[in-house]
Amino acid sequence: MQKKMQLSAFLLTVSLLFNFTLSSCGQHEDMSHIKLATTTTTDNSGLLAELIPVFEERNSIKVDVIAVGTGKAIIHGKNGDVDVILVHARNQEDAFIDSGFGIDRRDVMHNDFILIGPDSDPSGIRGSSSATEALKSIAEYESSFLSRGDDSGTHTKERQLWKDTDITPSGQWYKEAGQGMGTVLTMSNEMLAYTMTDRGTWLAMKDKLDLVLLFEGDPILYNPYGVIAVNPERHDHVNYEDAMRFISFLTSQTGQNIIQSYRKNGEQLFFPDALN
Amino acid sequence: MTLLEKALGLILSGDEELYRICFTSISFSAISIFIASLAAIPLGFLLKLKEFPCRQLLLIIVNSLMALPTVVVGLLIYTLISRSGPLGQIGILYSPAAVITGQVVLVLPIITSMVHGAISDMDPRLPETLQTLGARGLNYYGMLAREMKGPILAAILAGYGRAIGEVGVSMMLGGNIRWYTRTITTTISLQTSKGEFELGLALGIILMAIALTLNFLIHGVVRHE
Repeated sequence: MQKKMQLSAFLLTVSLLFNFTLSSCGQHEDMSHIKLATTTTTDNSGLLAELIPVFEERNSIKVDVIAVGTGKAIIHGKNGDVDVILVHARNQEDAFIDSGFGIDRRDVMHNDFILIGPDSDPSGIRGSSSATEALKSIAEYESSFLSRGDDSGTHTKERQLWKDTDITPSGQWYKEAGQGMGTVLTMSNEMLAYTMTDRGTWLAMKDKLDLVLLFEGDPILYNPYGVIAVNPERHDHVNYEDAMRFISFLTSQTGQNIIQSYRKNGEQLFFPDALN
Repeated sequence: MTLLEKALGLILSGDEELYRICFTSISFSAISIFIASLAAIPLGFLLKLKEFPCRQLLLIIVNSLMALPTVVVGLLIYTLISRSGPLGQIGILYSPAAVITGQVVLVLPIITSMVHGAISDMDPRLPETLQTLGARGLNYYGMLAREMKGPILAAILAGYGRAIGEVGVSMMLGGNIRWYTRTITTTISLQTSKGEFELGLALGIILMAIALTLNFLIHGVVRHE
């Protein structure tokens, strides 16, 4: 008799647990998800942490952020592993759209790149008239320059700038790290090398570095971010509808205001572009 | 074409960068092992054959250091040779010298401990025999080493395997700089994070081939004894 009671109590507990699990799963499914592949710099800047909760609350859509390099973010999009991408490498973005994998690209915002290096500035790039002139001086004096060398958006931009100078950087002075921006900044600091960085990572790390900002402000150094939905005709499982809601939100007055007012260490990192 | 076929194609195509990376790995590890052996083999002998203060303590330390993770070795050397560190003036961080320094520290305890172990296992009559034959001082150690060349070689090869397969030291102290300090393991790490698997896989295959060759050599050497 007692055994029977024990058994029924056990069964009751199990069924309660089972019900509970089911109902909590159900709640989970009420909220639809989108997967956003974006660059590590965007994620590390802290901006997404301001934007996404507002979007999630208004639309009851959960955004899963996958922070990788621009190159990999686009590969994720091509493979249909994500629903929407937010990246900054215009040429690669165009190729992504031309090959039919991405649709509905919108400009979101820009930040900018800067050239930093040792305070002694051995190539004298302070006060250069343009970014290409600064790079030319570095090459001319063969001062150490550390490149990301990892096919990231920043690396793509740097290669494009070298192309504009008609110099193919090579030799002992030009080194390719193949690593992330934070690591490259730390390495440049040790090697007393010049490097090109996005302003966000620089602001986040400059307190730990002896390097100084040596060149900024050339419009060629602007770094535009685009948001692109993955084409549902290529991958029918993607959540295109919610991806478009996310794109509309980023480019809406609300989204753009959040970007405009976002500050890190008291400095504005991103400049909204969608409503201009 | 599958990923594996692409990787094999890359190995056979004689890709310049691929071979440069392999050469870097093989030569860094070879130099590290050469330097480490110069110190580790005599140290292994001393720890067994000479009585001196703190010998047991030193032995325990050496054995513990064998388990040291590569990232810890990397970090220790980093703090020493960083510009803000005590040896920062030399400025060798992110150069081949830095990687080799790290690898020497990494494999020194391994070779020492294995040599020590081999001498502990040797036939106790061997030292007596050598001494009866009139071997004294350095000459005695030289003859002993000649007798023990199998296990010593095995220790060196084991250390080489550890050095060529490690990624923590190479990444942290070498910085994975292209055409300079980029090794097999740092490349695999970089390529995988970029989502490009062909070169990574090709290098993985080469690394496995090296590991297999080394193990066959160790096996052959030990059995030969």
